[in-house]
Parts: sequence; structure tokens; C-alpha cells
Amino acid sequence: MKEATGIKEIIKPENLAYARTEVMLNNTLSYCPGCGHGTTHRILAELIDELGLQSKTIGVSPVGCSVLMYHYLDVDIQQAAHGRAPAVATAIKRLLPDRFVFTYQGDGDLAAIGTSETIHACNRGENILIVFINNGIYGMTGGQMAPTTIPGMKSSTSPQGRDVHSMGNPLKMTDIVATLAGTYYVTRQSVHTPANVRKTKKALRKAIEYQKLNKGTCFVEIVSNCPSGWKMTPVDSNKWMEENMFPYYPLGDLKTPSEQAEK
Amino acid sequence: MTEEIIIAGFGGQGVLSMGKIMAYSAMMQDMEVSWMPAYGPEMRGGTANVTVIISSERISSPIVKHFDTAIILNQQSLDKFEHAVKPGGVLIYDGNGITRHPERKDISIYRIDAAEEAGRTNMSKVFNMMVMGGFIKVRPLIKLENVLRGLKKSLPERYHSLIPLNEKALIRGEELIKEVHIV
Amino acid sequence: MERELRLMKGNEAVAEAAIRAGVDGYFGYPITPQSEILEYLMEANPYERTGMVVLQAESEVAAINMVYGGAGCGKKVMTSSSSPGISLKQEGISYIAGAELPCLIVNVARGGPGLGTIQPAQADYFQSVKGGGHGDYHLIVLAPASVQEMADFVELGFELAFKYRNPALILSDGAIGQMMEKVYLNPQKPRSSESPDWATTGKGSREDRNIITSLDLDPDGQEQFNHKLIEKYAEIEKNEVRYEEFHCDDAEYLLVAYGTSARVCQKSVQIAREHGIKLGLLRPVTLFPFPKKRIAEISSRVKGILSVEMSSGQMVEDVQLAVNGRVPVMHFGRMGGIVTTPDEVVEQVKILFLGGK
Repeated sequence: MKEATGIKEIIKPENLAYARTEVMLNNTLSYCPGCGHGTTHRILAELIDELGLQSKTIGVSPVGCSVLMYHYLDVDIQQAAHGRAPAVATAIKRLLPDRFVFTYQGDGDLAAIGTSETIHACNRGENILIVFINNGIYGMTGGQMAPTTIPGMKSSTSPQGRDVHSMGNPLKMTDIVATLAGTYYVTRQSVHTPANVRKTKKALRKAIEYQKLNKGTCFVEIVSNCPSGWKMTPVDSNKWMEENMFPYYPLGDLKTPSEQAEK
Repeated sequence: MTEEIIIAGFGGQGVLSMGKIMAYSAMMQDMEVSWMPAYGPEMRGGTANVTVIISSERISSPIVKHFDTAIILNQQSLDKFEHAVKPGGVLIYDGNGITRHPERKDISIYRIDAAEEAGRTNMSKVFNMMVMGGFIKVRPLIKLENVLRGLKKSLPERYHSLIPLNEKALIRGEELIKEVHIV
Repeated sequence: MERELRLMKGNEAVAEAAIRAGVDGYFGYPITPQSEILEYLMEANPYERTGMVVLQAESEVAAINMVYGGAGCGKKVMTSSSSPGISLKQEGISYIAGAELPCLIVNVARGGPGLGTIQPAQADYFQSVKGGGHGDYHLIVLAPASVQEMADFVELGFELAFKYRNPALILSDGAIGQMMEKVYLNPQKPRSSESPDWATTGKGSREDRNIITSLDLDPDGQEQFNHKLIEKYAEIEKNEVRYEEFHCDDAEYLLVAYGTSARVCQKSVQIAREHGIKLGLLRPVTLFPFPKKRIAEISSRVKGILSVEMSSGQMVEDVQLAVNGRVPVMHFGRMGGIVTTPDEVVEQVKILFLGGK
């Protein structure tokens, strides 16, 4: 009894070092332990909260692991058909131009079946934010090869490793959209270390704030791990990501507003 | 009263617009109208035809196989539609480029050499209105004044200065049309 | 207010009626024979007139998903296409039906299968009335038979779509889309500034967030939702059946035809009656809900029924279901973009029911 009272005394608002941000709902995340989705959700929720956007945010969730994003974020959300989120978001933003509109998509959704919608929304310069989680694999359907699976990487449909001669090359969507006139800010980040989380939050904050300028599409790729799909522990998967994914998908800004101003 | 009309010729001869003006003109007389083009690749430079129906009653089928009047502007269309004219009906054709002339005896046939006249008088732009003039002469279903009202309604305002020229063509067409064979 | 008289193509009438009905957004992709809808809208500059958004999408697939997004915001949004393009939209239409979103889809149909022909056909009947995409659902299907109805059904389509939170489809064809007729247009209505309470417009001051989804991973939840849809469709069948009759009162033989075929059959009825054959015509205006009750009633006092469609025989199955074997139900129709002629129909009536006389 005495001990319990002690804990209650410790758990007091003034002692809290870390609290659930208001925009994050109290539902248990369906993501695997160590996966980057939860962290990215949390960053988005914090930013929506901090920037006072909860009442005017409309998100679009994809098909894939984050299909249930609407269980976790306390904002209006539409769940889109596989790959079509940029088209859905296009109409939302055009019909409600003063709202903050974002899509949240994995690499199967954005870089395979949704390639066309992604490229055309970016090329038209739709005033939306596209958050792109790239873990090089189809997570929800059980670890199949994605367009972003790197050469030699094993998956359930490339069990001997991706052979680029027969299976094609990994698609660098972020590099592609950076070349399009309609994009305003294109960056590639990760969320596997506290330092990277801080960088990603900074990048996403910029991307969200840029939407008010009506200057075009902001595109934020987050290179992430998939411990279950990669069949590794979270720690090993982060290490593997650093050693194998980052050389292929180097972190950093690909297109910034200041560069465009110089041009 | 129901008049089922086919207008057929080359793309660029103003076939579709003649039909449109005809429909507008009949509308000015409070009649029911339908305008049904053959659409698609046919319209891109090849032959063009349009079915116009004018009626005092609600129009049933906008697509018909037999016509009260056929207005024919080239040989291909003559070959295709001569036999689609109902017995006792009317065929109007422009003689320009025609090598095989209409042969039916059970229909009234009129010839209008509008292409030649339009070329000679520098009125090629309003060639189709010359043919239209011939039509309203032999099938007086629509009054000239209503054709002019129809023109006003169907032409964009920037072309309204051309209405006098159209009127001239209509009147010239009325003079130009000749009987070939009457039933 | 006075309605404005114009001479217009069916496609143009859809476009102008959409602006005047206060539609918020149109998302389309060119395909013959309906491209005039998008062309007219771009030319008419509706954004200046009413604030209506018009966007040429990169594909039919993108266009229907834009409709999903706009409809999810509670806006009046629509798309149009022709048969092959409508096939491409089916995934999106299924999602829209599953998320219970109101919207309007216009199919200016052409002959198929495959790329088929660009000429008019009615071969998309099954696709339109039985669902079209995956899963258990129905669209509200309106079948215009004139340019006037092309215009009128835009407003009616939206009215029904919002009343039942269900996608509505105008099933027309190349003949009606390309044909010009007189049309009386309604005066301009303002766009609505209000959104339904279920729409995703940003949480605003709402207590709970709004979610637009067709996903339910729990089978019990999904089945419950299916039951809800069944109830909705029953309600639609109870309230929204529309049809038109020509000379049905004393008819000995009945034609059933919709859209362009109904126009043709109207003439067939006239011709037949001139020849002393007591022919009547029932024209379904709504294909879902189908006027099965009325057809059953009439079937008890006619000797035979001919379903006339520009297809190999699709609606005939619904007519047969309604008649339930009481009298012979036959099918006649031309295909491949060929429009049946009035004489051909009379000929078939004679062959099928009168021993060729």
C-alpha cells in the first residue's frame, strides 16, 4: 500500500517529462515494436498540435500498415484506395483550400500502384504534404518485394535477394519528384535515432508551414525499418538500414525553397 | 408534321453547321427538333452527315433509316443515301463532282450548283447557306426570317457581321435550285 | 424563375446543368463520345461563375478518387466517362459505395467489350445496376432518353445521392450525348456553403473526428454494415422507382426499353398501331431501382413482352425476373454501336409473337 501511494505521488503532472500529445489518441498502435510508423505518427501529431492545426487538418491514409492511421490521430481522415491518396488529397485541398491536407503513404502504395497519382499530383504542384514511409518492403501483406527493395535484399517474393536483371531496379521516387516543377520542398529523413527524430520533426514542420504559402507540393520521405518484414530485431534492423538502405537512399534535402529562389 | 432530313457531304463543307442552323431555325418556329451527327473518326476530314428532325410533336427516335429529304453534297453520300429517301420524298444534290447522277423515279429530285456558284462569287464560306436557301425554297417548312434568327442564335457574336452575307447566300440559293424530276 | 431554352448536345447539357445545379467539383478524363462535358466545362469557366472546381485528371482512376476525396468533404462532386473509362473507375466506385458517399457519375456508353467502338451501345447495363465493382452494393441508376433528361438528371442524381448517401449514375449513351435537342435549363443555384455533419472538413469545433472509410476488419462489423446497405437499397426500391408508359392501357404486347432504345421503341409503337398491332412501351427511368412491380402488373394482361436494348440481352433478365414466367419475355437488340431501328423492332414483334404476320 505504501509503495503504491508512492508511485501515485510520483505520477503527477508537474513531474511529467513526456506526455501523450493531444492529437495522438489513446488507442494501442497496431505497429510492430521498433517500427518507424509510430514515431512518425507521433511527430505529426505533435506538429499538428503545436501549430494549432487540429481543427483544420484533413489527412488521407493509404492501404498498407498505416491504413488505420485514423485510429491514432485525432483529426478528420479519409482512407483512400491503394495508391490513390494523392488524387483524393488533390480534390480535398482544391475544394477546401484553407485546410491543412496531407497524405501518409508507404512505398508499395506510393511508389508502385500509386506512381501515377504521386507524380501527377506533384507535377501539378498540388498544395498538399505527402509523407512517404520507405521501408523497402510490403509490410502488411507479409514482406513481399516493393519497388524500393534494394538490390540483393531478401523478401518473400525475392527469397534469393532482389535480382535487378529480372526484377528491375529500385525506384527512387523522391529523386524523381524533386525534378518536377510542381514540388516546393523535397527531403529524405529517418526516425531511428533521437537526433534523426529531431531532424525529421524540423523538416515536417517546414513542410506543414510551407502549405500556407501555396507554392506547391511538399514531399517528405522517411527511410524506415521493418523489423518483422526484414526478420530482424529492431536494433539489428536499424543497423542494417544504416549500412544498406542509406547508401542507396541518402538522407538530406533534395529540393529546398532557397535553391529555387536562387534559380 | 414531321420532317426527317439527312444532310451529307465532306467534312469541311459545313454539313453539321447547316443542320445546326436548320434546327435552330425550326426552334424559332416553336417546333421540336433533334440533331444527330454521325460522330467519330468520320468527322475528322472524311465524310460527314447529320440527321435533323423537325416536328410539330415530340420526336420519338432521333435515329432513322429513311428520310423525307436528303441534302447531298458529294458522290459518296449520293451513293449511300439515294435509296434512303422515302418514296415521294425529296433529294437535293449539288452537281459539283458528281459523275453518277440520281436515278430514282419515285422521288422528287432537285439540283443546286451551289459549290460552283460560291466559288465563282467568292462566297465559299457561306456555301452551305446557299444550299439551305435551296432547301427552304423547295421544302418551305422554315421561313427565311427564322433562318436569320436561327443564325443569330447559333453563331457566336463575333460572327454576327457575317449575317448579311449569309442572307445573300440564302436568297441566291433560292434562285439557284432547279427541278430535275418531280413526282 | 423562368427556364432558359437552348439547343444543346446531351453532353453539353450535362455540363451546363452541373454548373447551374451548384456542383462544387468535376473531375474528368477525355474519352469519346463524352469529351464535350470536360471541354464545355473548361470553356464555360465555372470557377468564375460559381467557384466550381474543374480538373482534368491524369486518368479515370485518379478522377474517380478525386470524386471520393471531394465527396468525403460533403461536396457535390461528379465525374463522367464512357464505357472503358467507367470500367477503370469501378474500384473507386466500390470504395465510394462502401464509404457511403454521395456523388454523380455519368456514363455516355459505347459498344464493347474492350476498346470496342465509339458508337452508342447499352452494353453496360449489368455493370451499372448490379454493382460494377467488387462487393455487395448498388448505385442509383438513372437512364435519360433525351437531352432534357440529361440536364434534369444531374440535379435529380445529386438529390437522390445526398438523400441516401449513395453514388448515383446517369447511364446514357453516345447517341444521347452527341445529339442536339431543345433543352430548358434551370436558373443558377448557388453552391451550398454547408457540409453534412459526417463530412471530413477538418474537426472544427466538433467533439469527435470524422472518418471516411470502407474498411472494417471485424467480420461482424462488416456484416452489420452490409445489412445496413441492404436496408438502404430496400428503402430506395420503395421510394424511388420511376418509369414512363406509352399506350400500355390497351396493349396486347409490351416493349420494355430505356434511353435511346426507348426513343426508337416509341416510334415502333406508332408504326405497329398503324398496322393494327396493339403495342405498348414501358420505359424504365430508374434502372436501379427497377420498375419490376409495374412490369409484373402489366404482364398479367399482355400476351408477350419484348425487351429492346442495344446489347446482347442484359435488362431482359430483370424483366424476366419481374414477369416470373407469366408470359413469354424475349430480347431484341443491335450491338456494336448500331442503333436498332423502329421498323426492326416491329418486325421482331411480328416474328416472335404474331407468327411473322
